[in-house]
Amino acid sequence: MSVKIDFDGQVLNCRLNGEIDHHTALPIRLETDDRIENCRPEKVILDFSDVTFMDSSGIGLVMGRYKLLSQFGGSLEVTGLSNNSYKVMRLAGLDRIATIQKGVKLNGNK
Amino acid sequence: MVINEFRMTFDSRSINEGFSRATVAAFTAQLDPTVEEINDIKTAVSEAVTNCIVHGYRNTVGKIYIGVKIHNDNKIVITIRDRGCGINDIKKAREPLFTTLGGDRAGLGFSVMESFTDKLSVRSKVNSGTTVTLTKMINGREK
Repeated sequence: MSVKIDFDGQVLNCRLNGEIDHHTALPIRLETDDRIENCRPEKVILDFSDVTFMDSSGIGLVMGRYKLLSQFGGSLEVTGLSNNSYKVMRLAGLDRIATIQKGVKLNGNK
Repeated sequence: MVINEFRMTFDSRSINEGFSRATVAAFTAQLDPTVEEINDIKTAVSEAVTNCIVHGYRNTVGKIYIGVKIHNDNKIVITIRDRGCGINDIKKAREPLFTTLGGDRAGLGFSVMESFTDKLSVRSKVNSGTTVTLTKMINGREK
């Protein structure tokens, strides 16, 4: 599975990994939406620390979760972005709807 | 002047998105690009190939044709072509956030291709297919 999800009662932490494109985004989306709907978290963290590649499908992933969360007042945080992922997110203006943070990558992907 | 060239053809199955961008990136590695330049190329190619799959061959599987030319001035020209449904209004299709699909598609494919390369051109004919040409200069690491 390309997403590992933990819930502590308030925060739903979704740790994504591998490459995010149109092909891989679908199972990630189904899995996270299922957990969001069941847990109704106050906050969702999408952690991109282990993501090695992302195209605009990652934007759709963030926007779609934002829409779902805003239906019941949850907030969204995006963390651990590589330079490349950050560039894609900024292009879409996602810094306006979610807290977006670049992360320190330890695997050499600058 | 073109100094090296590569072509490939593959089925428009979404599992090939990762394979195709990695292959193009591997071919361009001979220009000694930076990590950022490699990522730019992979991202732009991924958008173009995804468009062929989700738009060009929407409910069917067809062939996607990619050609990569390396010029002697460190310019790479990548063409991604399908024989799918074509684009009715290219100007509209290139507008940021415009999408005919909805759902989780952000409508930013062409915007990403534009900002991650130096030049994007799109030619298309309805019921005949679409060709996207991406041009990028590879400056590489400071030599």
